[in-house]
Amino acid sequence: MAAPKKGRRSPGSQGRPGRALAVILIAIVALTGGMFISGHTTPRLGIDLAGGTSFTLEAKNQPGKPNAINTDNMNTAVSIIERRVNGLGVTESEVQTQGDKHIIVNIPKGMNAKQARQQVGTTAQLYFRPVTTTTASGGKTPEPTPTPTPTASGKGDKGKQGEKSGQPSGSPSASASTQGRAVPGALKADKTPTPGSSETPKGGQTKKPSAPDNQNDLAKDFAALDCTTKKGRAAAAEKAANAKPSDSIIACGQKGDAKYVLGPSKVEGTDVDDASSVFESQNASGWIVQLDFNNKGAKKFADVTGELAAKQDPQNRFAITLDGEVVSAPSVDTAITGGRATISGGFTQQSSEDLANVLSYGALPLSFDIADETTVSAALGGEQLQAGLIAGAIGMALVVLYLVIYYRGLALVAMASLGVSAILTYTIMVLLGPGIGFALNLPAVCGAIVAIGITADSFIVYFERIRDEIREGRSLRPAVERGWPRARRTILVSDFVSFLAAAVLYIVTVGKVQGFAFTLGLTTLLDVAVVFLFTKPLMSILARRPFFGNGHRWSGLDPERLGAKPPLRRRRSAAPADTKEA
Amino acid sequence: MSRLGTLGARLYRGDVGYDFVGKRKIWYAVSILITITAIVGLAVRGLNMGIEFSGGAVFTTPNTSVSTSEIRHTAEQAADDHTVVVQELGRGGLRIQISEMGTKEALPVQEALAKKLDVSSNKIDTQLVGPSWGEQIASKAWQGLAIFMVLVVIYLAIAFEWRMAVAALIALIHDITITVGIYALVGFEVTPGTVIGLLTILGYSLYDTVVVFDGLKEASKDLTKQNRFTYSEVANRSLNSTLVRSINTTVVALLPVGALLFIGGGLLGAGMLNDISLSLFVGLAAGAYSSIFIATPLVADLKERDPRMKALAKRVRAKRAAAAKAEATGDRSAEEGDDGPDLEDAAAAPAGLVGQRRQPASRNRGRGRPSGKRR
Repeated sequence: MAAPKKGRRSPGSQGRPGRALAVILIAIVALTGGMFISGHTTPRLGIDLAGGTSFTLEAKNQPGKPNAINTDNMNTAVSIIERRVNGLGVTESEVQTQGDKHIIVNIPKGMNAKQARQQVGTTAQLYFRPVTTTTASGGKTPEPTPTPTPTASGKGDKGKQGEKSGQPSGSPSASASTQGRAVPGALKADKTPTPGSSETPKGGQTKKPSAPDNQNDLAKDFAALDCTTKKGRAAAAEKAANAKPSDSIIACGQKGDAKYVLGPSKVEGTDVDDASSVFESQNASGWIVQLDFNNKGAKKFADVTGELAAKQDPQNRFAITLDGEVVSAPSVDTAITGGRATISGGFTQQSSEDLANVLSYGALPLSFDIADETTVSAALGGEQLQAGLIAGAIGMALVVLYLVIYYRGLALVAMASLGVSAILTYTIMVLLGPGIGFALNLPAVCGAIVAIGITADSFIVYFERIRDEIREGRSLRPAVERGWPRARRTILVSDFVSFLAAAVLYIVTVGKVQGFAFTLGLTTLLDVAVVFLFTKPLMSILARRPFFGNGHRWSGLDPERLGAKPPLRRRRSAAPADTKEA
Repeated sequence: MSRLGTLGARLYRGDVGYDFVGKRKIWYAVSILITITAIVGLAVRGLNMGIEFSGGAVFTTPNTSVSTSEIRHTAEQAADDHTVVVQELGRGGLRIQISEMGTKEALPVQEALAKKLDVSSNKIDTQLVGPSWGEQIASKAWQGLAIFMVLVVIYLAIAFEWRMAVAALIALIHDITITVGIYALVGFEVTPGTVIGLLTILGYSLYDTVVVFDGLKEASKDLTKQNRFTYSEVANRSLNSTLVRSINTTVVALLPVGALLFIGGGLLGAGMLNDISLSLFVGLAAGAYSSIFIATPLVADLKERDPRMKALAKRVRAKRAAAAKAEATGDRSAEEGDDGPDLEDAAAAPAGLVGQRRQPASRNRGRGRPSGKRR
């Protein structure tokens, strides 16, 4: 690294320190000017300093789709998530891929984290599947149950027992009774709606058992399925979501109040043209989501509803599954034509709007886990920023103090250089905000503070070199010039190693580590620039001043104090100067 | 300054010095001992992995009057089986950490906490981490570590020579082992912040080592053209002459990190700042130690195996034997400061050092050389 520059610089450097200083001055003026012109005078702050929510989504491997995680799908997912989040009225959110299978979503403060999580994490894979079997609240009814599925138990009755009741699978007997009671009411509720479109208030879901038709596995799984706990539901949803649309699946109702065996998907979410949230006052179903199908979807939907209408309950129902959970499972009386369907099921205004929003922008091509979610209130963010700044100030002050004690007058040079370094770092960070979307986060602040040490070290290397030269009996001006090539090489070599570390970190790592690596790399580069263009020329100029040149004892370069053993002549010339000024 | 500055000068000239290379066995032993302790600690106690690696949730509440035990109770209830750790922060808030909890399960806990504290759930800072994320960070970190080491070894082998690259690598591994061992023994929590700190040590520890090596490379230039000092002696002298710089570098690096640690630990209680600076602090200290006590002696060891250096050492020994003999016969060489060779210690031979540095103090050199030639 050092080698190429060596020849060019060392001979002339003594003669043109002014030019180098001018270069750096122009750079500072240009950067500062650019900063004001761009209208940003503070760096863009990351979520952890400004407040907000940050999600890291990790694409999940899906069985049967080995190559699903690819750049195309990731980019599609990013744009869909972006639209969804912005659909909530957030404008400054930022969604970007990170590495091969992560997506980072940053949402500034002021947005409801819960809502954001829903929007971001929902795959929104929507399927309409015919219901084969279902148990409502209790477990099985005694009567029909021709087929095994003995245990199916299930869930507590929605209204009555809620989650507490129905212990998982098992206990058929207990559940039987519950169910008997629940069914009639439930059926009624079901049927009432559904003239044109079908809808079931969630409550109405309580379906009747009847469970013929079981492929053994499915039946066994179904029996074991426990929808009463969140964990059980989550597991079931995940499994169902990963199943192929053409497979039969078992699924839970969203509230855990029913479970289903569902046939292959007949209509998919991709057939949905548009979705909107509507308040339905007519039959008291409250907020519903209205779906408009495209032509293909409308036809398929008409076909399937026609087919289902001819069947008996529960097989005349279709389940609307979203990400593996049954949102509602209305029954069908007649074929529904016209390409419109509604989903009902105990929505609130917000949840219906959210679902409509998600459905309008389509399903994500991949399903994602939330790998990391961080919510930082503006208060904490401010506190962390403040703490970082205080730490930086204290660190800087300690370094300066140490330098003053040890290097005395030379510390002025070090301080000025640190100052220049700080100004450059700050302005570049500010400009990189709008430029490449750089956001200053806590690790980046950390990196900048750590960099104080690296920057200051370059001065130490150089100063020690100069002192060594003085110890060998040189006067300051030649010492400054002779010490430089050797110091320069050391600085370049060590900064290169430091930069290498930062670059590898930046390229290889994910998340917050990158912010840190970026700052570290940036400051290392600036360190080289500052030492070459500022510190060295400044030393050359100062060496001509009597204060330093004659080795005043506060200059930090007093040959006597440094223990120089110069030829006698030189020593004599230094001594008088010393006494004079002292 | 004056005292340190004078010490610096004496170190530089070799008036005083510590025989790092000569006593290297002691320091190797110390390092091996520390390393073994670290490995045993790691094996026995393991690392206390933060929730970022095991998965879980951290909630940070605003300033509150609710007591820790009450909060713990609330959180335990909401989080059924999970372990809840509640910590008071310096600024009056609480930090509630629940390990091994899925991101979905964490929501009811957040709501329960918000209710208990009577604040909106937006006011509670949360961090939910799925277990795979931590693995991801860790595996990326290992990958980065491996790539970095390979690159650095290549770079150092080109910029210096392979022996220095090997020594630097060993010193680096040594630093990381010590840092990790301290984490295991003390039980500090390992978080992504720790990993960041650890990775930064890579750069920093090497930075220090590289500066020392740079001096060494320069001092050992043209070494084979003389026969007054062995490589080890030159290495030791160069180490001593850059000692002040090494100390300054370390102090200057530790000061801001110390400030971070102080502020991060004292003001914020816990979090990223604290984690990064803690591992940096430990690693930097280990790095300073290893670049002085381990890296350079290792280079010297490796170098002494080089046939040319062996030959040089032989010549030096022969010459010294001759000088000693001459001295024994009552020659006046003692007064010439040529008693150094007997001590096998470069520090006792200031004149030689000066000569090595191409110092123009020709009178010293003149004095030194005749004694050498007078064999």
